[in-house]
Amino acid sequence: MRLAKNLRAFLRVGTVGALAYRADVIVWLLSTTMPLIMIAFFGAVTRDGAIGRYHEPQIVAYFLATFIIRSLTASWISWQINLDIRDGTLGSRLLLPVHPLVAYAAESIGGMPVRALGSVVIAGIMLALLGPSAVAHDPVIWILWCVSVAAAWLLSLLVSVTIGGLAFFVDSSAKVMDAWLAGLFVFSGYLIPVDLFPPRLRAVVDWLPFRYQIGLPVELMVGAHDRASAVGLVGRQLLFVVVLALVTFAVWRRGVARFAAYGG
Amino acid sequence: MPRYLRLFLAQLRISLLVSAQYRVDFLVDGAIEILWTSTALAPLIVVFASRDRIAGWSFGEALIVVGFFTLLQALLEGVLNPSFVAVAEHVRKGTLDYVLLLPADAQFLVSTGRFHVWRSVNVLTAAGIFVVGFRELGRAPTLASAAFGLTLFAVAAILMHSLWTLAMCTVFYAVKADQITDVLSATLDASRWPSSVFRGGTRLVLTFVVPLGLMTTVPARAFLGDEGVLLPCVALLEAVALALIARVVWRRAIARYTSASS
Repeated sequence: MRLAKNLRAFLRVGTVGALAYRADVIVWLLSTTMPLIMIAFFGAVTRDGAIGRYHEPQIVAYFLATFIIRSLTASWISWQINLDIRDGTLGSRLLLPVHPLVAYAAESIGGMPVRALGSVVIAGIMLALLGPSAVAHDPVIWILWCVSVAAAWLLSLLVSVTIGGLAFFVDSSAKVMDAWLAGLFVFSGYLIPVDLFPPRLRAVVDWLPFRYQIGLPVELMVGAHDRASAVGLVGRQLLFVVVLALVTFAVWRRGVARFAAYGG
Repeated sequence: MPRYLRLFLAQLRISLLVSAQYRVDFLVDGAIEILWTSTALAPLIVVFASRDRIAGWSFGEALIVVGFFTLLQALLEGVLNPSFVAVAEHVRKGTLDYVLLLPADAQFLVSTGRFHVWRSVNVLTAAGIFVVGFRELGRAPTLASAAFGLTLFAVAAILMHSLWTLAMCTVFYAVKADQITDVLSATLDASRWPSSVFRGGTRLVLTFVVPLGLMTTVPARAFLGDEGVLLPCVALLEAVALALIARVVWRRAIARYTSASS
């Protein structure tokens, strides 16, 4: 009961925070140019014929979907955590009646309505431009899509919290995040649909966590998988969530034990 | 030696000394910059595995564009962003006074105030990309075309410096306005592809309004030896015009500045 009340408070903080800094959302939307740049690039490629299973409309649908998934699931909390740990603010967070990880997660969820609004607009544009054939039609796939978006969000949050938590041990956890982001861009399907990778690289990408942060929900959304393969992939995604959750808790348990809030 | 050249070298020396204290960063920052360069290379490698040309460009030619894009990134990460982040902080804290009081041009001082030497590793990456690109094409650039290409890159550097100065001036008017540079950096990402990738209106905007096409595609074509004189002239004119506008806006912005602390 008390936990529920606390969580509600954190959710409200997140929502109000996102509303107060709504200009940040616009900046974020404007600076998410990569999907558009990739539409231009692959658009030029498909002018001379399809690449893989992609003609121009499929490319546009794919990258508008990456835009939606990225804005629903991206997490910037690692920079905040890095700062909290290094300037000692984490001390006051540890005093709060919920675990800091739960608080970070609740704030992230609280920001969701504002982000979802942006995504709905993009989805509207997508349907208006390309018609309903651009997205999956099977309701089972859409149920799996919901699971997969939630898992992708959780995965991004866990990565962010773990890498942010590395600041307990090293100074440059922000640089680790920067390197992770570069990997995410290349291997997640954010810049290149993973089915265009050469087969051997693809096999590697299937076992890296990146694809499950962006690519998988995008692929489900544009109807790239049948039910059987979708279930398999979402299962693998959930496996990644569990493994990463274990890593996150291990890092934080050890980190908090080491933590000393100088001047906090 | 002219006074401003001496000043420039002094500023550069200070930044070098600061960077030399953080030698491990050379490896870390360098590796991260190279990773980010791979985000421009990976799509090309994947697509050219099954194609000979994209929008009229072969793999080798497209690599030259990415090379110039990488040089721009080095300029951005190594010079422009560090300096301009410092300006935003000066304005917020009110410490810009100390810069304005110095007996030299303030715009020059803030633009050369801080170099992130290690983040300029991308100059080397770009050189590597040029070598691979020309090897792919099976020829070397002539001395004249190399000189032409690099001159046009200098013009691009002026364009970029002016654009960033204009963006930076907004911090004098609004608190979090330095985020505009984030949007600008994100827009700059469009210059990683040859401008013929973009169609119709977008291409016109990217050539004349936000002159990204002039900043990478034009130097690349010059380097490859097949650029005419029209677009280089446009680039030069735009660079001069933007530099003048940036100068005027900067003067107005600092006239408006009231130090917050004193």
